[in-house]
Amino acid sequence: MSSIITVENLTKKFGNITAVDKISFEVEEGTIFGFLGPNGAGKTTTINILCTLMSPTSGKAYIDGHDCMKESSEVRNKIGIVFQDNTLDKELTAYENLLFHSYLYNVPKNERKKRIDDALNFVGLYERKNDQAKKFSGGMKRRLEVARSIIHQPKVLFLDEPTLGLDPQSRTNLWEFISKLPEKNDVTIFMTTHYMEEAEICNMIAIIDRGKLIAQGSPEELKKMVGGDVIYLRTKNNEEAIHEIKNNLKLDAEEKNGEIFISVHRGDACIPKLISSLADMVISVRLQRPTLNDVFLKLTGKAIRPETVSGGDEIKDAIRSYRKKSDRG
Amino acid sequence: MIRNDLNAIYVIVAREFIKFVREKGRLISTLARPVLWLFVVGGGLTRLVSPDMGMPYIQFIFPGIIGMTILFSSIFSSISIIWDKEFGFMKEMLVAPVSRFSIVVGKALSGTMVATIQALIILLLFPVIGLKLSIMQIFFILCISIILSFCLSSLGILIATFYENFESFSVIMNFIVMPMFFLSGAMYPVKLLPQILGFLSMINPLTYGIDALKYMVFPEKKLLTHDFPLSLDISVILIASLVFVIIAANVFERRK
Repeated sequence: MSSIITVENLTKKFGNITAVDKISFEVEEGTIFGFLGPNGAGKTTTINILCTLMSPTSGKAYIDGHDCMKESSEVRNKIGIVFQDNTLDKELTAYENLLFHSYLYNVPKNERKKRIDDALNFVGLYERKNDQAKKFSGGMKRRLEVARSIIHQPKVLFLDEPTLGLDPQSRTNLWEFISKLPEKNDVTIFMTTHYMEEAEICNMIAIIDRGKLIAQGSPEELKKMVGGDVIYLRTKNNEEAIHEIKNNLKLDAEEKNGEIFISVHRGDACIPKLISSLADMVISVRLQRPTLNDVFLKLTGKAIRPETVSGGDEIKDAIRSYRKKSDRG
Repeated sequence: MIRNDLNAIYVIVAREFIKFVREKGRLISTLARPVLWLFVVGGGLTRLVSPDMGMPYIQFIFPGIIGMTILFSSIFSSISIIWDKEFGFMKEMLVAPVSRFSIVVGKALSGTMVATIQALIILLLFPVIGLKLSIMQIFFILCISIILSFCLSSLGILIATFYENFESFSVIMNFIVMPMFFLSGAMYPVKLLPQILGFLSMINPLTYGIDALKYMVFPEKKLLTHDFPLSLDISVILIASLVFVIIAANVFERRK
């Protein structure tokens, strides 16, 4: 498989703040790539550079072999984007929003209607196509934006926090559409999210903190970094059970708060052995597997939650005021 | 490439047209201002200043009121760019594979369309104030309105590119739009202005637009009507349009 996005030593400075610091990564074609990090880590800046909206201070970025700085027109043709904030024209209807898009992207005249109808069907908004976007709920607006972003059949789809501010049901709904995209539309997805459980659908994940890339790998690989699974056992006689586990199964077991705590490599395969060897002593079994959230916590020292007030917000403010200054000057 | 840009220009104008038709309130509120000025200010002052002018004051300010209609609706229409920035829609246009130039031209033509339609509505009030205009005069007034609208819309875009939000809205109103109107010869001939204000009115593109409109409304040269030759008026409007569009496109092109 070849890589469709290549980023080499990308750096972006705003005044004396380094928002993105020499990051390098590659994204393989047809995969879902998750770009995770706390607030203000540099995710949106990286996306803006890849989407040709910003120039980097140094470094290179290529999409499908085209330089994001020098061949912006080619790059723009190949990408679709769902931004963090809503970018629909709420006065226009769903259909008109997509029609506007298809003109901007030069979709052939005889295909416009069909592509729009297909996209609306795909996200389940066909029946509402003649309603103004302002009448839509948050989840529907997001789905409409996803529909819009695939009208011109992009090769790479950027989703910047697509589920931010949505209720759990709309989130599940949206991910259903998104996870179908690579197969159905032959597209590579580059996404950011705050919700770690959503990142599970990624084939590859890169974690960025304070502008630096601190880890890269598949969700499984990343989870291995924080250690294996943990089995919690409650038994009729803990002491006897620990003895049994240590001698017969050669596993390390400890008692903690009345529960037996066993750290193992593959918990699911281990449970049957445990139960058969402990016979009728077991009262309950609980398996805990490391989550991406644990990975995140270990690597960055903070949980990744949208409501976390982190140093990132200060960076965002600094960038905003820097931009304002440079706009005036 | 060119077809791409033409498509973009077309669809940007079409979007504005749909919104213009859909928002009836906007049309009514923007027409209310010139109507008030024409009948309340113009009507009132007619009794005060009419005798020396050779025509009723309400007729004298009629070209100026058309110019005012164009000024306000062009600038407001272009300032919708700030709306687009605030509500994110601008990003949808900026990441599309179309040139910045075509976005600026599309926006300028949108403003031209909206402003010209409104100017035409005000123009059709001419019988009410006792003016007589021929079909040819109306046609030429419309032509001037189109180029003037394009010029002021481009200026509006240029102004809008420097602002990120609405906080600056009243600044634009009070320090750009209102002075432009008062220093344009709409209410009184620019010749009557003291030197410094006279200079400001000379660098105001609206002055030339209103001068050309006066020429078309009162073709027989009368005292206190138009100040410059028509050819100068039209050249200034066209050159200013070009300069505004090019600068605005360049500012747009600049990446952060």
